[in-house]
Amino acid sequence: MNLDTPELRAFRQEVRDFFARELPEDIRGKVAEDRMDLPKEDQRRWHDILVKKNWAVPSWPVEWGGPGWDDARQYIYEREYALADAPRHMSYGINLLGKSMMKFGTEAQKTRFLTRIRNGDDFWCQGFSEPNAGSDLASLQCKAVREGEHYVVNGSKMWTSEGHVADWIFCLVRTDGSGKKQFGITFLLIDMKSPGVEMQPIWTYDGGGREVNQTFFTDVRVPVENRLGDENQGWNIVKYLLGIERFGTAEVSRSLAMLARLKRFAAGARHRGGRLIDDPAFSRKIAEVEIELRAVELTEMRLLFGGAPAGAEASLLKLRGTEVQGRILELLYDAVGSHAQVRIGDLEAAKGVPAGPNQARHAGTAFFNYRKTLIYAGSNEIQRNIIAKAVLGLRG
Amino acid sequence: MQLSDEQNLLRDSIARFVDDEYEFSRRQKIVAVEPGFSRAHWRRMAELGWLGATLPESHGGLGGGAAEMAIVMEQFGRRLVTSPYLVSVVMSGTALAEAGDEAQKSRWLPAIAEGRIVAFAEGEAPARHDPAFVETAARRDGAGYVLDGAKHLVPFASEAEAFLVSARTGGAQAQSAGISLFLVPAKSPGVSLKPYRTHDGARAADLVLAGVRLGGDTRVGVEGEAFGAIELALDHAAAAMCVEASGAMWAVHDQTLAYMKLRSQFGQTLGSFQALQHRIVDVYIKCQLAQSMAWDAVAALDSADPTDRARRVSAAKAHLAGAAMAVGKEGIQLHGGIAMTDDLAIGHYFKRLAAIAHTYGDGEYHMERFRRLSGLGGNTG
Ligand SMILES: Cc1cc2nc3c(=O)[nH]c(=O)nc-3n(C[C@H](O)[C@H](O)[C@H](O)COP(=O)(O)OP(=O)(O)OC[C@H]3O[C@@H](n4cnc5c(N)ncnc54)[C@H](O)[C@@H]3O)c2cc1C
Repeated sequence: MNLDTPELRAFRQEVRDFFARELPEDIRGKVAEDRMDLPKEDQRRWHDILVKKNWAVPSWPVEWGGPGWDDARQYIYEREYALADAPRHMSYGINLLGKSMMKFGTEAQKTRFLTRIRNGDDFWCQGFSEPNAGSDLASLQCKAVREGEHYVVNGSKMWTSEGHVADWIFCLVRTDGSGKKQFGITFLLIDMKSPGVEMQPIWTYDGGGREVNQTFFTDVRVPVENRLGDENQGWNIVKYLLGIERFGTAEVSRSLAMLARLKRFAAGARHRGGRLIDDPAFSRKIAEVEIELRAVELTEMRLLFGGAPAGAEASLLKLRGTEVQGRILELLYDAVGSHAQVRIGDLEAAKGVPAGPNQARHAGTAFFNYRKTLIYAGSNEIQRNIIAKAVLGLRG
Repeated sequence: MQLSDEQNLLRDSIARFVDDEYEFSRRQKIVAVEPGFSRAHWRRMAELGWLGATLPESHGGLGGGAAEMAIVMEQFGRRLVTSPYLVSVVMSGTALAEAGDEAQKSRWLPAIAEGRIVAFAEGEAPARHDPAFVETAARRDGAGYVLDGAKHLVPFASEAEAFLVSARTGGAQAQSAGISLFLVPAKSPGVSLKPYRTHDGARAADLVLAGVRLGGDTRVGVEGEAFGAIELALDHAAAAMCVEASGAMWAVHDQTLAYMKLRSQFGQTLGSFQALQHRIVDVYIKCQLAQSMAWDAVAALDSADPTDRARRVSAAKAHLAGAAMAVGKEGIQLHGGIAMTDDLAIGHYFKRLAAIAHTYGDGEYHMERFRRLSGLGGNTG
């Protein structure tokens, strides 16, 4: 696949110019520090800018208000988007639910929900995992009982990312427990304002802001029309959706942006008499991780544009991509040195800012926080299991 | 290292103490509020003689050695105890006993044993672990000195009565010659702090020195020749952190193993998956090797040969830096999502291990120091 044609070069330039011009500096600054707690107002402000440009849902077809780009354009867009330090898309709605709804939803559902996702009217979150259903997702127990034209939902969901800023949650619930565990799962769309929905923060050890929650459902009434797909057949949607998620979490573009920041930092950071980047031992480590990331990037390209559709192979992108990302963040943590020990909150306190690199002051929090990427969206161990079974044909 | 009966008793009583007082949720309550450690416990440690255990008998201590220090630090590591022990007793105590004159020793060593805090302040922001990189300047002023400069990440600085500050009285920026050590009372005009919390739950501060006037009697040791004492103190700190890390790594091992026996997915315990068995076995092996290296660093502190001491300490710290990070990450990964929560101890162990790996010389610094001291090619100066 050649991404270096005149048209694609022009497209890349257009995208680049747009971000340079339109991405508000205050928002860019927060993203560049790898902060996870971007305020909802910032998300919305940025989303509105993208909506005006018709770029808010880059992976969508024209029919639903997307730009209708081919794979090459989507790929280029995503790369430039990350390199510009633009905030992550509200991916739960746009990529996971949006794409799944296009495939499994009724016309009425598409008309009702997709436009609102595109316009940023509804933010979505994902209610799959439960305290006892993590890697073994299909063992989930959050229960829904049909009562006339409603489901009545009881139970809880763990790890709801962005739940505290979301308007809606898409949930897996158990409607039948008699058969195989993958059978009897139903996919429901639940308005967070429904009576009986409660949310509690789960504070994370990294010391960053609010990110994940536990969501509780007590006799929550969900209209049957808010069911995606058939009753008891939700697992098919899950498989489709997790495939999208696996691709999306390879994070190559974000990692490239982080690597660029690492290099900028090392070039500016004082290292005894000179600059950190001139320290051969350290710059060698940067070189090593750059090569490793390039290997993932090229493999991603090969799997994306290689002709044959990638299936379970995509698992390798998620797992190696997150490992490389973790390594980059660890190098940044090393690079920042003793400053990385300082907790962010206090840097903003009126006590006076300690000496040190402002642009890297979240290095500690980011390093600790991103350990999650090796765990979520199917842990890296589960991805290895998938490759062992589905690609290599090994039986457990 | 073979412990004596007395040392075993000391270990048992400290172990009991931290088990009683530092159950994780209680530990979190302590670090949540200022000053980030328990003053009551600190007083008790002084009363029980733990703070003076390693200090000379001639100056209010019990005359113990590196082993006593290691016994304390290992138990602190096991329970994530925060305290000024490292920065005041281990570092300042060592440097003062080594280089202080009689008046300084008899004034400050008994004070340290009683729990008054003297914070060792050598690190500077651009130094990146190199203690010879000192920009803080001490200018002669009549019989005394005037200090200007800044020190970074001084542990528990807000609680310190005095600081032991390295400052340049001569020599070039990164030269070991020309560095002197000063006892700076915290209340001296021109001394100010920018305090902050650190990720591991402790407290630290930037120490700013602006035209601080000191009498000549505050200089510790010979002018321009303090680097040996500073290195001695730093080697003690590095060895202390190694045993602390070893204690913390074993705690990660124990907690992770217990969780793997408890948590089920796919109808079986995590511990029954062979892929995970091998992972926890590697954690176990890393803990074993790290413990050996940590205690060798402790033994090396008594070595008569400073090069032998420095080499073995650096070998241990370089090894531990890698092992501590690896074990911390595995502890998180093998727990899964639950490890990300603030309520579970495992992430806090990881943060402390990461801090240890990057304080008083990171892995890279000690690897290079080991290489140089071993005469392994290149620049052996
Ligand atoms: C920050 C964060 C955000 C999240 N956001 C969301 C969200 O928005 N919505 C949502 O639904 N979920 C979310 N999750 C949940 C995430 O998907 C789960 O944490 C993940 O699936 C792992 O499940 P678990 O935490 O229960 O770990 P467990 O399944 O208990 O796994 C523990 C360990 O055992 C390993 N393991 C388990 N089974 C096997 C096996 N068969 N073979 C080998 N190793 C195995 C795992 O890899 C892991 O290392 C989030 C998690 C985190 C940490």
